[in-house]
Amino acid sequence: MPSEPDAVARDWPGVRLHVVSGKGGTGKTTVAAALALALAQGGHKVLVAEVEGRQGLAQIFDVPPLPYAERRVAVAPGGGEVFALAIDPEEALVEYLEMFYNLKRAGSALRKMGAIDFATTIAPGVRDVLLTGKCKEAVRRKGPDGKPVYDAVVMDAPPTGRIARFLNVNTEVAGLARTGPIRGQADAVMEVIASRLTAVHLVTLLEEMPVQETADGVSDLRAAGLPVGGIVVNQVRRPLLSTTSQTKARRGRLDLEAMAADLEKVGVTTAGGWLAGSHGALSTSEVVTALAAEAADHAERIDLESRERDDIEALGRPTYELPFLAEGVDVAAIYELADLLRSQGMA
Amino acid sequence: MNPSEVAPRSKPLDIDRLLDDRSVRVLVCCGSGGVGKTTTAAALALRAADRGRHVVVLTIDPAKRLAQSLGLTQLDNDPKPVAGVEGTGSLDAMMLDMKRTFDEFVEANADSARAQTILDNPFYQSLSSSFAGTQEYMAMEKLGQLRARADAESSWDLIVVDTPPSRSALDFLDAPRRLGSFLDGRFIRILAAPAKAGGRAYFKVISAGFGMFTGVLSKLIGGQVLVDVQTFVASVDTLFGGFRQRADETFAMLQAADTAFVVIAAPERDALREASYFVDRLEADDMPLAGLVLNRVASTSLPDLDAATATSAAARLEQGARASVTAAVLRIHAERVATLARQRRLAERFTSAHRGVPVATVPALAGDVVDLVGLRTVGDAMAVTI
Repeated sequence: MPSEPDAVARDWPGVRLHVVSGKGGTGKTTVAAALALALAQGGHKVLVAEVEGRQGLAQIFDVPPLPYAERRVAVAPGGGEVFALAIDPEEALVEYLEMFYNLKRAGSALRKMGAIDFATTIAPGVRDVLLTGKCKEAVRRKGPDGKPVYDAVVMDAPPTGRIARFLNVNTEVAGLARTGPIRGQADAVMEVIASRLTAVHLVTLLEEMPVQETADGVSDLRAAGLPVGGIVVNQVRRPLLSTTSQTKARRGRLDLEAMAADLEKVGVTTAGGWLAGSHGALSTSEVVTALAAEAADHAERIDLESRERDDIEALGRPTYELPFLAEGVDVAAIYELADLLRSQGMA
Repeated sequence: MNPSEVAPRSKPLDIDRLLDDRSVRVLVCCGSGGVGKTTTAAALALRAADRGRHVVVLTIDPAKRLAQSLGLTQLDNDPKPVAGVEGTGSLDAMMLDMKRTFDEFVEANADSARAQTILDNPFYQSLSSSFAGTQEYMAMEKLGQLRARADAESSWDLIVVDTPPSRSALDFLDAPRRLGSFLDGRFIRILAAPAKAGGRAYFKVISAGFGMFTGVLSKLIGGQVLVDVQTFVASVDTLFGGFRQRADETFAMLQAADTAFVVIAAPERDALREASYFVDRLEADDMPLAGLVLNRVASTSLPDLDAATATSAAARLEQGARASVTAAVLRIHAERVATLARQRRLAERFTSAHRGVPVATVPALAGDVVDLVGLRTVGDAMAVTI
């Protein structure tokens, strides 16, 4: 049984629409999927919607390509359910015309003429109103019992560089539609998106470009009066060295002799001074040098990441970290990431 | 193990041979967003210049510090020389300003009064600044301009193009045509018809369905928009002889023998899938593919120490009371080997599907690429694949 809808996210009480954006390659679809699963835990019903026609959700949940219909893709621990939807602007327009103009049969004729294509491409504003409008509808939808059908909706949104413009449909259609249904729809969308019902989360990596784009994204959203949510730092490497060893590794001052002794003690190298099993091809000193070089690389990467982390902290938003998964992301990994988001209070 | 062993069964891509081949005049770098496309384009351009060619690189959206290292401090539609090229070659760089390229295109093709009418048209303003595909279209337009200038002035003998950061690599090929056919399409023509003399007769044929739709459309987006579109299409049409033709010309240029495509990917599932689509598409469209550059590849100089051995050795060392540096170092190694193994599986899926495609690899670098030294490191890494 779904509990009170606003009980879903610990750090985000009252938020019903979680918009997830991020620079390309940062894993925003993965994070959107994990967040949906995290929000669903404990018996909630959550919809995750993608708007870019990429079928990224289907790949992540390992299901066939999603139609323009809500499909259950995962079950969360504690009886929750995650539904997924790929929103197609053309389908959304046809649906919209049906609803307001009873134009069901005209839909295919209009499509043949290129009119649907025209209407959805004529201005990005119209397309964006249709995409955000569908998410808004899912947020507002009520069941026969008068309660919201979904406890939360997660939108896998366009990249950070376009997010403020994409969500700020009001301004986008301002020059186009001054009155009429699209205008009305845009206003209804803004009532949800620019309110406390919504949080726009940004996904980043600890690298220069994504962090810069995140900072730009935060100021774009603020300037547009949109609610900035949390920052999800994805693919974080675990610092494996202590602070002291970290500095030593970077400066090439690790104690190689002690390492050699340790390696021999646990049988990685032989008493004769070779890598065990290498049949005398690699000497202990070669092994130690190679390991120290890899440690230096790791240390440099971690240092760079901690500088980027400072820049993220300076943004003053709730921040959540997800680990780098050497084995890649599969369905099991999404559950793992969902738990991590939950334990950090994002859900 | 060399990074190249991530893709052991593929042919190596000989970067230097490609860059030294003077019959190649245009190098197009494409791939999905976030794979290091801009950096790769800049590294290829600098390496070609260092090897004596006269190069211009068209970047779309470089990282701030990389842009600064190329002397690019703002969007600038004119190539500026980059200082620090070795030898007799030269390198110019520019950052695409989409709106300005479109404006200049209008100004160059219309008398000033008519150009002003177009520039002031609200539909044009929406189209030139935010239409999905305009950036791709303008990147191609700029490429065409640079090519014409290179030929006229005998200045550049190689143009390296970065492509816009779309999620799908295919957008780059399709967007110009989509925009072209949209602007040149039947529907927009019908819409524009009343604004042109003789359009009436055609208009009548279209029947009631059309009237109904323009009615709905007016209600949806406002009648003024339709008028703006009609005015825009009418004024543009008489001037340029159709956008689609223009897009087709660009497409033909990309099929020419003096163009080479380099597909860029990272060893991640999504990026390689996009690369795979792109390779198939280039083949289907007869576009000359030079090969794949695989960025951010894990590497180890100690492949004979496998992840399981390293991990269990680390665990034994950690049983001691004090934190063991050696154990930490072994875990770093184990993580690296595991990443490498995963990347190899992904790369093998790509190479087995595309056996003929040569591959160059660039190892994951510890730091960001922010200067010419960094670009040269990337260039050297691509070239040692051989």
